[in-house]
Amino acid sequence: MADETILPDSAGRGEERPPSALARFLDSDLRWSFRRSPLVITAFLVTVLMIGAATFAPWVAPHDPFDLASLDLMDSLLPPAWMEGGDPRYLLGTDDQGRDILSTILYGARISLLVGFLSVILAMLIGVTVGLVAGYAGGVTDAVLMRIADIQLTFPAILIALLVDGVMRGILPPEAHEEVALFVLVLAIALSSWVQYARTVRSSTMVEKRKEYVQAAQVIGLPSARILLRHILPNVMGPVLVIATIQLALAIIIEATLSFLGVGVPPTSPSLGTLIRIGNDYLFSGEWWITVFPGLALIILVLAVNLLGDWLRDVLNPKLR
Amino acid sequence: MLLYIIRRLAQSVLVMLTVALIAFTLFQFVGDPINNMVDQDTSLAERERIRKELGLDDPVIVQFWRFVENAAQGEFGVSYRLKKPVAELIAERFPATLELSIISAILALGIGIPMGVYTALNRERWTAKLFMTLSLVGVSLPTFLIGIFLILIFGVQLRWLPTFGRGEVVDLGWWTTGLLTASGLKSLIMPSITLAVFQMTLIVRLVRAEMLEVLRTDYIRFARARGLRDRAIHFGHALKNTLVPVITIIGLQVGAIIAFAIITESVFQWPGMGLLFVQAISEVDIPVMAAYLMLIALVFVVINLVVDILYVVIDPRLRTES
Repeated sequence: MADETILPDSAGRGEERPPSALARFLDSDLRWSFRRSPLVITAFLVTVLMIGAATFAPWVAPHDPFDLASLDLMDSLLPPAWMEGGDPRYLLGTDDQGRDILSTILYGARISLLVGFLSVILAMLIGVTVGLVAGYAGGVTDAVLMRIADIQLTFPAILIALLVDGVMRGILPPEAHEEVALFVLVLAIALSSWVQYARTVRSSTMVEKRKEYVQAAQVIGLPSARILLRHILPNVMGPVLVIATIQLALAIIIEATLSFLGVGVPPTSPSLGTLIRIGNDYLFSGEWWITVFPGLALIILVLAVNLLGDWLRDVLNPKLR
Repeated sequence: MLLYIIRRLAQSVLVMLTVALIAFTLFQFVGDPINNMVDQDTSLAERERIRKELGLDDPVIVQFWRFVENAAQGEFGVSYRLKKPVAELIAERFPATLELSIISAILALGIGIPMGVYTALNRERWTAKLFMTLSLVGVSLPTFLIGIFLILIFGVQLRWLPTFGRGEVVDLGWWTTGLLTASGLKSLIMPSITLAVFQMTLIVRLVRAEMLEVLRTDYIRFARARGLRDRAIHFGHALKNTLVPVITIIGLQVGAIIAFAIITESVFQWPGMGLLFVQAISEVDIPVMAAYLMLIALVFVVINLVVDILYVVIDPRLRTES
């Protein structure tokens, strides 16, 4: 009998297995808190809807705004469908080139989200790596890396992104810039926001590295890289995901702002910010819909993501409430 | 304490040198500056002479040092786009940015701090919850959109306020101000609100969080046990300790406001430094970019230094630590 309890027994112990990830999720505080808050559910639905609509823009959008053959200048500057002079084919009206505003918003949101996600992923990669190395190595490495992070943290992200973008523009020849503008933008935003991840990961790494499982791994002679990636990393990822959600909203705002200032994505692939910039020229002649609808789309998207991020942070870290 | 300040000072110098290096590197990528100065018939010997004269054949490190020396005296050369000395351009535009920033800072702090305290003290009241929701909306509103919506409502639809520029300015010789004329003041309303909203929402949330933290501490509980009045506890004891970290925030906000002024100035065509910088970026006007880079770095370094020193002055615990 005594032996049996020690033996790993695969049969007959089915009920006692640790619950699957899905089962754990369904039983968690997270789900309970989610179902309790209508605001969070709405934010979640809006986010999913907008990401879905943007991702599948070519199939969802009523028109293809970049198909020059389908554009008709006779249709330019039409007001939204419910206003006098509106055309039912163009629900939210058209811009100066006769492009359907709703469709340009969907395509624009696609670019905004693409830049947002890519820059969050890149920032996360940089930040988590720096945080892990600084926290694990300690000493001079840690001091230098954190000093850089501190200095950068005193500058607002948007300023850093603008500077990186400006510097890259100075360095790259103007012909090349058009093609790589999107990646320059992603890099600029990522370089402006990695510090948050680095600081969080560093402090949790410092806690984790004193725990027994890490010491055990060190004793059996595993290389540091393996200890960091396979053992410590999974234990420090929780807060990183919360930061990533909040940073996604910020990244979308920065992208829109840079594009609005005319230093973001090239006008050939307009994001929401570019659309607002274009519409801004028509504000005074009364064609408000060219600016207002992309602007509203941007606000709703960012607000929904922010609400989700706020809620995630509150649930996963009750101390901050 | 003196050691602490010296160490901070050394760090600041290091930061400035790093930024100078970035700015200097920018110039290295725009190609041979000689080509911009001479025409095609200039002989090679002549080109060499000019090169020597300008010191462009010196080792890079010597050139960098010369750049730092010039920068320290405010010499950044001539703008490629506007063909005017950069120092002159910045001096022209500096008053516009500073006036806008200061008015916005006053707005943001004057409304933000009381609102933060209020939401912390009356956490469960519906007005406080409304403020918090509004502040989240404020954080989600990109600065440039606030400006555009304000222009649309008060400029285009209602026609109450001017939508671009500074209005009439009074030239005081060394300073141009828009604060002395009616049109100048009217022009200031929308840009300063636009610039203040984001900072304000940030301040509300930070002050609230800080205040809640302090209200949970033992000495506040003890003060309650002593039977002190709420007013004395909240404003005499809690607020004082809340404000220590808030000073850092205020310091950083001043910097952030100057940075965000770039966006506001673009929306309202406000003739300040930010607009100059954005135009410089899109036209790759390197001297202006370099000058702005150095100037902003200087502002941030000085603010941080002041905040760090203030910290030591206010919080006696830090003095023994260093």
